[in-house]
Amino acid sequence: MSNPTIIDIISPVMAGPSSSHTAGAVRLGLLARNVYNSKFDKVSFKLYNSYAQTGKGHGTDKGLLAGLLGFGVDDKRIKNIFDTPEAKNIKYEFEFLEDFNRHPNAVDFIFDGDLHFEISGNSIGAGEIELTKINGFQTKLDGKYNTLLLIYEDKPGVISFVTKIIQENKVNIASLYCNRNAKGKDASMSICMDGELFEDQIEKIQELDDIYVIRYIKKLES
Amino acid sequence: MSITTFKELQEICLKENKKIYEVMMSSEAESGENSEYHTRLQAARSLLAMKSAIESGLNSKEPSISGMSGADCAKLQESFKKNQSLYPPFLQKIMTYALATSEENVRMGTIVACPTAGSCGIVPSVIISYGQDYKISNDEQVNALITAGVIGKIVALKLPLAGAVGGCQAECGVASAMASAALTQMRGGNIEQILNAVGLALKNILGLTCDPVCGLVEIPCIKRNAFMAIHAVTASELAIANIVSVIPTDEIVDTMVQTAQLMSPLLKESAKGGLAKTKTAIELEKSSFGN
Repeated sequence: MSNPTIIDIISPVMAGPSSSHTAGAVRLGLLARNVYNSKFDKVSFKLYNSYAQTGKGHGTDKGLLAGLLGFGVDDKRIKNIFDTPEAKNIKYEFEFLEDFNRHPNAVDFIFDGDLHFEISGNSIGAGEIELTKINGFQTKLDGKYNTLLLIYEDKPGVISFVTKIIQENKVNIASLYCNRNAKGKDASMSICMDGELFEDQIEKIQELDDIYVIRYIKKLES
Repeated sequence: MSITTFKELQEICLKENKKIYEVMMSSEAESGENSEYHTRLQAARSLLAMKSAIESGLNSKEPSISGMSGADCAKLQESFKKNQSLYPPFLQKIMTYALATSEENVRMGTIVACPTAGSCGIVPSVIISYGQDYKISNDEQVNALITAGVIGKIVALKLPLAGAVGGCQAECGVASAMASAALTQMRGGNIEQILNAVGLALKNILGLTCDPVCGLVEIPCIKRNAFMAIHAVTASELAIANIVSVIPTDEIVDTMVQTAQLMSPLLKESAKGGLAKTKTAIELEKSSFGN
């Protein structure tokens, strides 16, 4: 929050007790849910460092699960999330770990269901969050923009193909982040946008060969 | 032009003969950040949530998740009924509301992070108590909350409002300065008086450590909310008497930043020093839910 607004200072309305350990946890869950965007039967949570040591006392475990189930940061059910029908419908487990290479408030989500997905993120203070890794690829997602995420075979022309479709829709690109494992192998791209993409544009992008994962990740409302 | 210092804020308020909340809302609207409508709407929502947190907190003795706290607001209300208090009812109300909100926070109730969850009791207790006891309209309370937000924002441009960066001076300390500005505005104080209240409050919290027991927002945070709410009233009283902060408020913020840098990380939310490493805290850590 380098350039905070009045609203940043006098909000959010949230379930206590900690913006980083509770509200941040809910927002990490919500964003991971938007990324996975599919039905899941089971999810494992790995909490690291401060999230592991003070997580239970701060309700971090409850917040992560609540977000994943789609509950907002101010939802009164967060406190008793384990007893809700939504939580009873899925399998979940928590591991509490220590790893000094990770951020003090780090978490991994491991989904099993329609797809196997691993998503890592950090709660970086004042409820602000970032997703840093998706299925092994570095990313930078903060939930503030609608974002198109692609994992694809690295080859020339993909970035211009995709950005052309976005431009045709007169949507402004706020930031573009690319990463690849090795030349000619898998690559990832995340494009943050000021506007919105629609189904037909996403379908057009999907027509491109050798796209393994395409996700249109809605910005967080909570 | 964006406003980044208290001096600029004061100059524009005087030049345009406008209130703090008006000037900053239109500045944010002009720079495309948030429209005035949007800011007012969120402030009204926050105020409503603050009132409902107080309501819930006043009527609960439910312990926190750790079990270390949750019964103090009930005790205080009981004592104000039974014992003769040295405080007038208005100040009793502020203390009670601050504890009600902070205890609601640690039992995972719904609160407003203002500016943070750990300091959530200070601004609401002052604005809402004054609003009730001095018949201030809801609109004026919303204006006061926006002014509080402006104060927090200008500090936050230099110092992130997080215990891990600035110690508790950046959380309960800033909350107290925000509350003192809101109160001074509701009392009809002028811009100089409001900004003096801010400066006086901030000068008095320099170096405040963040060393919570078991790393949880409970000890000493909950009770500190009650102290800091009353602290805001003291700052407002001094400012209304036209007592000035000799050191200008912007320079005090610079001092907070320097102090934050000089403070050991052990005293900034790491739970590795201070109260968190007392003999009793270590015993609590072994026995409580925190570990």
